Parts: sequence; C-alpha cells; structure tokens
Amino acid sequence: LAAYRTDEGQPWVLPVVKKVEQMIANDNSLNHEYLPILGLPEFRANASRIALGDDSPAIKENRIGSVQSLGGTGALRIGAEFLRRWYNGNNNTATPVYISAPSWENHNSVFVDAGFKDIRTYHYWDAAKRGLDLQGLLDDMEKAPEFSIFILHACAHNPTGTDPTPDQWKQIAAVMKRRFLFPFFDSAYQGFASGSLDKDAWAVRYFVSEGFELFCAQSFSKNFGLYNERVGNLTVVGKDADNVQRVLSQMEKIVRTTWSNPPSQGARIVATTLTSPQLFAEWKDNVKTMADRVLLMRSELRSRLESLGTPGTWNHITEQIGMFSFTGLNPKQVEYMIKEKHIYLMASGRINMCGLTTKNLDYVAKSIHEAVTKIQ
Amino acid sequence: SSWWSHVEMGPPDPILGVTEAFKRDTNSKKMNLGVGAYRDDNGKPYVLNCVRKAEAMIASKKMDKEYLPIGGLADFTRASAELALGENSEAFKSGRYVTVQGISGTGSLRIGANFLQRFFKSSHDVYLPKPSWGNHTPIFRDAGLQLQAYRYYDPKTCSLDFSGAMDDISKIPEKSIILLHACAHNPTGVDPRQEQWKELAAIVKKRNLLVYFDMAYQGFASGDINRDAWAVRYFIEQGINVILSQSYAKNMGLYGERAGAFTVICSDAEESKRVESQLKILIRPMYSNPPLNGARIASIILNSPDLRKEWLVEVKGMADRIISMRTQLVSNLKKEGSSHNWQHITDQIGMFCFTGLKPEQVERLIKEFSIYMTKDGRISVAGVTSGNVGYLAHAIHQVTK
Repeated sequence: LAAYRTDEGQPWVLPVVKKVEQMIANDNSLNHEYLPILGLPEFRANASRIALGDDSPAIKENRIGSVQSLGGTGALRIGAEFLRRWYNGNNNTATPVYISAPSWENHNSVFVDAGFKDIRTYHYWDAAKRGLDLQGLLDDMEKAPEFSIFILHACAHNPTGTDPTPDQWKQIAAVMKRRFLFPFFDSAYQGFASGSLDKDAWAVRYFVSEGFELFCAQSFSKNFGLYNERVGNLTVVGKDADNVQRVLSQMEKIVRTTWSNPPSQGARIVATTLTSPQLFAEWKDNVKTMADRVLLMRSELRSRLESLGTPGTWNHITEQIGMFSFTGLNPKQVEYMIKEKHIYLMASGRINMCGLTTKNLDYVAKSIHEAVTKIQ
Repeated sequence: SSWWSHVEMGPPDPILGVTEAFKRDTNSKKMNLGVGAYRDDNGKPYVLNCVRKAEAMIASKKMDKEYLPIGGLADFTRASAELALGENSEAFKSGRYVTVQGISGTGSLRIGANFLQRFFKSSHDVYLPKPSWGNHTPIFRDAGLQLQAYRYYDPKTCSLDFSGAMDDISKIPEKSIILLHACAHNPTGVDPRQEQWKELAAIVKKRNLLVYFDMAYQGFASGDINRDAWAVRYFIEQGINVILSQSYAKNMGLYGERAGAFTVICSDAEESKRVESQLKILIRPMYSNPPLNGARIASIILNSPDLRKEWLVEVKGMADRIISMRTQLVSNLKKEGSSHNWQHITDQIGMFCFTGLKPEQVERLIKEFSIYMTKDGRISVAGVTSGNVGYLAHAIHQVTK
C-alpha cells in the first residue's frame, strides 16, 4: 500500500498529529462512547468545508451533507451502495459506472460489491504521448448512456499522476452536464498533490459552482498521515437542504448495517486540528512539507534523466502530480529494474515518488537510463 | 430538479427517539433506560482503568500510523480467538480457524453475512431467535440473505420458551444458517442454561445447521469470561464448526473505537488460509483495512498479564453492578408491595431486561415518571443506579398494581 516516506525512507507521523494526540491522551474528560451513526459532527462539517471551500455556495445554501466513513474506501462504498439503491430509479443495478483506464484497482470491486452490474472504463491515459487522452475521455462521455455514473479523481490521479488542466475540467463538466452524467469524485490527496488545499480542490469546487449534484469521497489517510485510523468523509452536494436530508437519512440506514457508527480516534484528531486556527495552520504546513518533498524528487529525477541524456522525453515526471508517476517504462524494462537493479515498480511502470530520497536519486536515475537504453 | 426527489425519508431510529425525548425532558428525576452503553453508579460513562493504562502506553510509544493488514492487527486477532475459544481449545491450538478484525460487532456480523452470501451455497436463510437485536435483520438482508425465525422468548413467563425453540429448530431445513446469542441475549436477557445449550447443540448438529454465534457480551454477562463463552466452546467441542462475531464495545468499554472480530472455525489450517483470503477480498472493497486504535488497546490488554488481570476484575465489576441493580430492583418492588412475580428480572442476564411491561404501561412510565425505555418494555439495567432504583421500583409498581 502506498504511504508517504521521509527523505530517510521512514514513515512520518505529522508533528501536528502528534501534538493533537497528546492533547487527546491528556484530556480525561474524553471517553469512548459511540459516535452518532453519521459520525462526529465537528469532523463531518469541517471535512466537507475543506473539500468545498469556506465560501462554498453549497455550504452557504445549506445543501450539503457529510457521512464520516472508514477511509476513502468506506466513503466510496457508502456512496456506491446509496447510488445502487436510489439513483436513476430504485435499485437500478444496470446504471453504467465508468472508471478511468487505468484507475485505483479497488474502484472496480467497490462498485461490483455494491451491486452494480455494468462497470465500464473510460479512456484516460494515453501511453503514446504519456499524458491525458482528453479526446478519448470526452468521446466516452458523449457516448455514455444518460445518467451514467463517472468516477473522477479530484487530483493526483492514481496511478498515472496525470490530471486534467482547469480548462480540460471545464470541457469535461460541460459534457457531463449536457449528458446528465453523475460526478462521483474520489479525493484522496487534497493538499498532498500540489501543497495547496484550494488548488487540489479546484475541480470539485468548479463542478459545484456549475450547479452539479455530486458525491465526493474524501480520504484523510495521506494528507493527515492517519492511514490506520481510517478517517474519511463522504460529502454530498444536492439541490437543496430537503433533498440532502432525505439522502442522509437513507445513507444512515446503509451505515447502520455496515459498521453501525464510525471509529472515533482519527475523526477527533482531524476535527481538533481543523477547528483550531493555529493547529490548522500547522497542518497546512505539514502537508506542504510532504507535497514539496515529492515535488522536489520529481524535479530532481527529471533533471538527472535529462542530464544523462536518457532517450525519450521526461517532462511528464514533473507534469504529473501526487504520489505516483507513470514512468513510461514498458514491462520488460520494469522487469530489468526489479531483477537487476532491485528497484520495485509496478508492471505498468508506475513508480511511487515517496520511495525516492536524496540518497537514491542518482541510483534510480541511472537505473532508468540503463533500462531504457539496454532494453527495448 | 434533483436526482433525489424520489428518495424517501428514512424512518427515525426507535432507540434514538427514546434518547431524544429523554434529552428534552426537564424532570430532575428522569431516567434513560434505552441506552445500550454501560453507566457507573453515578450514571456516567465508564472508561476502564486498564484501557487508560493501555492508552498511556500507546501514547508513550510514538508508533507510526501505517496501514494495518486487511485482516487487521495480528496480535489482536490471535488474542481475540484465544479469548473466545479458550487457550486449551483444540481448534485454537491446531490453528484450524481464521479470525479477522471487524468494525466492532456490527462490522464483524456483516463480514460474516457477506461471506455466507457469497460462499454458503446450501442456503441463504438465516434463522434468528424471536426476538433478536433489531439490527440483525437489516444486516443480513443488506448482505443478500433471507430472514426466518425460531421461537425463543416466552412473554407469558418472561423467560426462555425452550420447548418452542427446540420444536422450531428441529424443523429448520438442513444446512440452513442459525444465529445464536452466545450470552446475555439482546434484547431479552434470557439465556439457555447449560443443559439446554447441550440439547441445542445436539439438535443443530442433527439438522446439520451452520451455527453463527453473536458474542457481544463476553465477561459482561456473568462477570466470568470463560462462563460466558461456555456455549461457543461446547459447540466447537461437539464438532460443530461455528462462525463467530465478537465485540469489545461493552466488555472493554471501547464503543466508539469499533473493536471487534469475526472468526470461522475450519476443518484444518489449510482451509482456514483459503477462507482468510476470501474474507480479505470481501473486506477490501468495504473499507480497505480496519482502524487501529481500539484493536491496539484491546490487544495490549489481552496480551499483558497484569492488564489482563485488571481487565477481568473491571469487567466483573461492571457485571456485578448490573446484577446488583437487578437484585435491588426486585427487592424494591417487593418493598413497594408489588404482588407480581418479578423473578425474571434477576433470572435474566446482561445489559438488558425484558420487564414484561405492556406498551400502555411503558407510556405511563414515560409520561408520568419521565422514565424512558423502548415500547417493548426493554430496559437497559446499565441505566439504573443505587440512587434511582427506588424511584424506578416505585414507578413500575404504580403502573402495574
């Protein structure tokens, strides 16, 4: 599983998290009572606020809802279970669900297990040009049956690291609006991608400003480093408060038979942090530290490859964003990297940028150079 | 217009409604007997000392926050299995079981339900005792299974309808799934005696039923963890390969931390590996991997000899207080001059008690005395204290005399 690593190759507990955990540990007034079914209220409201923005029209108009979930996966699953029961009719398991090619491998299972029968892919990664296949994507949306559900990566697309530009997002939104397609955002890297919470939430917020009803599955695993506490949130944006209220009441029933109520520890840490101006500032700083290290590794790797004169173009390394990068190495080259150089990447050529450190950059760059020049 | 115009408002949670009404009540004598969480003799939530100690250890160790494996914290799952099965259990020692960490009792039940739906091809019928925990039905239904029932509670005697249960169970189609509450039946508090458990084991074995035990109160019922697990262990000894859901919400007071476990007793260790792999495939698209905090607290307690001893004392303390409240309620009712037989209150066990009160009587208790409980006459004995047991007895006598 992918997790952030420091320049020493070690896991990193965010300093603000350590601080807040100590506060919680020292607070004898806290107990371990059940949270409400939908989760800790301060967590839910603030988590959604982080995604949608302080000045979100949807929040002002009181037409948002939140479900505290077990990580991003849990948020996706609750959303999927709800959509299968209530979207596009009642219990319409035939509604097509579109997942990007490629995508996080668990997306498929989430929607299959939620009961959807027609899971399709939409064009996304263009291997030849090592970038977004926008035309393929838009074509798939034009051809998709009305009311199809599209899983969109809010930022730092997993596994390609390739995101649409704001202009491209606008084109995507226009087609989706015209064809009545449902946007289900997966936001697992807000802040972690560019270092800016607002920048990484641009796409979600744009869709909201365009009047879409949407879901956004948020994970706080990476941006808070709270992987094992399973902190996630499903943000629901609807037309009005009444619709959102009814949606939430049905989501509550789904939650009740899945985990009854969510775990308290991680949500408390996040809520405490988000509701304190000082801790919030500290957190943003910690997030930027992580994002900056990854960005640095990207630029250092690219410059080394270019200095070595490694055949091919390497600008995609810095144009891509987030934890992962599709290097463009083919399966044979990947095998060389693993067997001969003991550098582990996926058969797809996906590399985890967090695995790079100042100590191993030279070795990795040289190894990629060897793989590309020796193996075709 | 909205995608959600046709979405119906979900029905309000009946138990939540009790608490909501209780909160609004301004009567200083009000009592909330709907709450399904332990309260101390001052009516306050109780954080166990062994839990505080485990938490202090965790805080001092500065551990990382890396993902747990899909199946959960290994020290926790192993200790959970040992707690349920007993350290001398052949099934435990031979390793012919798999235990995965679940999201407390609900999550563990749901993993099991999903597993049965996918892999138990003989039947999709789950037989629940009448009555059972309200959430059992929707859990199994959402997993894609059908619900049936067997007689269990006798409202005339406020105790077990054993002959009715045996009669119904003897007619359950072979290879169906039967759910049994290991101890402290929720909501009635009525448990079979050991001789009755023996007969139940014999009949389910004869009918070749798949037995699903729900054990949410081990230690919390009698105060003795071995005694409360007796039925589970007996069934396994009789060669019945049960499946089991455990919760640490009540017996360790870890409610909101969601610590639980799901276990499958298998034919052998090799089978358990195959079952484990399939459980992981079910869990991953639900929430990827479980939350650490509660499981780590429970694991530290179970695996540290001193803390484990302390825990056993504290869980007995909770069980003893509940038992003492039952005794005091009955003696206070006698003092009030009630001529009814209230023996079931002390015969029943665990957090809940089916008082036998009728809906009209319950309504009077709520309206006239500000004593809140669910319409079925179920009270959470955890909500009774030495300070209010007299008032409760007085009120019950007033509405039943």
